[in-house]
Amino acid sequence: MVEHTVKAFDEDITRLRGLIAEMGGLAELAIQEALEALVTGNEELAQQVVDRDKKLDRLEGEIDAMVVRLLALRAPLADDLREIIAALKIAGMVERIGDYSKNIAKRVGRIEGRGRFEPLTLLASMGELAAEMVHDVLTAYAARDPLSAREVIERDAKVDAFYDSVFRNLVTHMMENPATISSAAQLLFVARNLERIGDHATNVAEMVHFAAVGHYPTDIER
Amino acid sequence: MVTEPLSQRSNAEPKMRARDVSVFYGDKKAIDAVSIDIPSEYVTAFIGPSGCGKSTFLRAFNRMNDTIASARVEGTIELDGEDIYKSGMDVVQLRARVGMVFQKPNPFPKSIYENVAYGPRIHGFAEGKADLDAIVERSLRRAGLWEEVKDRLAESGTALSGGQQQRLCIARAIAVEPEVILMDEPCSALDPIATAKIEELIDELRGRYAIVIVTHSMQQAARVSQRTAFFHLGSLIEFGETSQIFTTPRESRTQDYITGRYG
Repeated sequence: MVEHTVKAFDEDITRLRGLIAEMGGLAELAIQEALEALVTGNEELAQQVVDRDKKLDRLEGEIDAMVVRLLALRAPLADDLREIIAALKIAGMVERIGDYSKNIAKRVGRIEGRGRFEPLTLLASMGELAAEMVHDVLTAYAARDPLSAREVIERDAKVDAFYDSVFRNLVTHMMENPATISSAAQLLFVARNLERIGDHATNVAEMVHFAAVGHYPTDIER
Repeated sequence: MVTEPLSQRSNAEPKMRARDVSVFYGDKKAIDAVSIDIPSEYVTAFIGPSGCGKSTFLRAFNRMNDTIASARVEGTIELDGEDIYKSGMDVVQLRARVGMVFQKPNPFPKSIYENVAYGPRIHGFAEGKADLDAIVERSLRRAGLWEEVKDRLAESGTALSGGQQQRLCIARAIAVEPEVILMDEPCSALDPIATAKIEELIDELRGRYAIVIVTHSMQQAARVSQRTAFFHLGSLIEFGETSQIFTTPRESRTQDYITGRYG
C-alpha cells in the first residue's frame, strides 16, 4: 500500500491495526482457556480468563479514543475511512467475544459430575471451531483479505449446526437424568455463548470485507 | 476513465456537454480529450492536484481562456446543445449565461448597488430604476447578503469583508440570470465561517443553476457537491457520485489523491 504523505498518519494506522491484533490474540486465548478450564474443571485457569478480560476492555477503550482522534484530526477518506470505521466496530465485536469467553469461564465451578457429560467433548470441539474462526478472521484482517473473510463467514453454519446438536444432546440428557439439570443448563448457556462467538466472528469478517473492498459480502457484487 | 451512473439521474439533457475537449497553452497540452456532462440539478466538483488542468478546463466552459493569447481549445463544449466555440458566438452573452466566481473576491471599485446593477443594466435586463432596484435586492437576497448590506448599498463593495465580497461577487453573477455558475476555488481566501456561508449559499442555489466548483478542499467537495470529477495530469480519471468517490473510489489514483498518498 502506498504511504501517506503525512507519515504520522501511517504510524497511527499501523498502531491501530496492532491494537486490534492484540485484542484478537487475547480473545482467541480466552476462548481456548475457558473451554480447557470447563472440560478439566480447572477453576484457577477459569479465574485467569475472567481477570484477563479487563485487558480487552482497556484495549477497546484505547481503540475508541484513537478512532475519535483520527476522525477529528485526519478527516480520513476512502479506504482510510473504511479502515478506521472497521477498526472501531471490530474492537467492539472482539470485546464481546471476550465477554462470552468470560461468561463461559464463570460457569466452570457450577458444573457437577463432569465425567458424566458426554456433551462436554462436543462443546470442546465446538469451542475449537469458534476459536479458529476468530483466529482466521484476524488473519484475514491483518492481510486485508476479503476472500479469507468470506471463507470464515461460511464456517458459521458449522458452529450453528454444532449448537443444535449440543442442544438436543443436553435436553435428552436432562430428560434421562433429572439430577443433572442444573449442570446441563449451565452447559446450554456455554453452547449459546459459543454460538454467539461464531456470530461475532462472522460480523468481524463482514467488516474486514467492507474495509477491503467498500461493500459487505452480502451486497450484490458490483 | 470510470463513470458511474447517478442513481436518481434525471433523463433531462445535460445543461452543458463537453466532448473530447483538449486545451493547449502553446505546444503544451493542459487538458487531454476530456468528455463530461454538467447536469442542471447538481453541483459538480472538479478536484485534483495543482497543475492537473481542472481550472483550465473550468475556464473553457465560458471561454475565459480566450483572454490568454497562447490558449487553444479543441473538441466541443455545448450549452443547451449549442456549440459555444462556433464562429459568431456572442462571448459577452455567453458569459452572462455562464457566470463565474473567482478565487479572490474581485468586486468593482464601485458601490455595492452598482456592483450588482452593472450587469443587468448593460445587458438591458431592467426597465427603469424600480426594476433595477428589484433585481439588485433579489440578487443580494439569493446571495444571502441583503440583510447585511441593505442599509449601506451606496458604500463601496471593496469595504466589505472578504466573505461578504465573495457573496457580492456571487450576487453580481446571478443578477444577470445565468444558467450555469462556475466557481474557481471560491473559498480559498476565506475563513471557516465565511466558507460555511458560501457553502450554504451553494446548497441554496443548487437546482436553480447548474454549478461547477473547483476546490482543493476534499471536505468542501464532499460537503457541497453531488458529483465529483477527479483530474490528474490533464486527464479526467474518475467521475461519479460524490459519496461514492469519497468512500469507495474505483481508481487507485483517485484513492491515493483523496487519502493524501499522492506523491
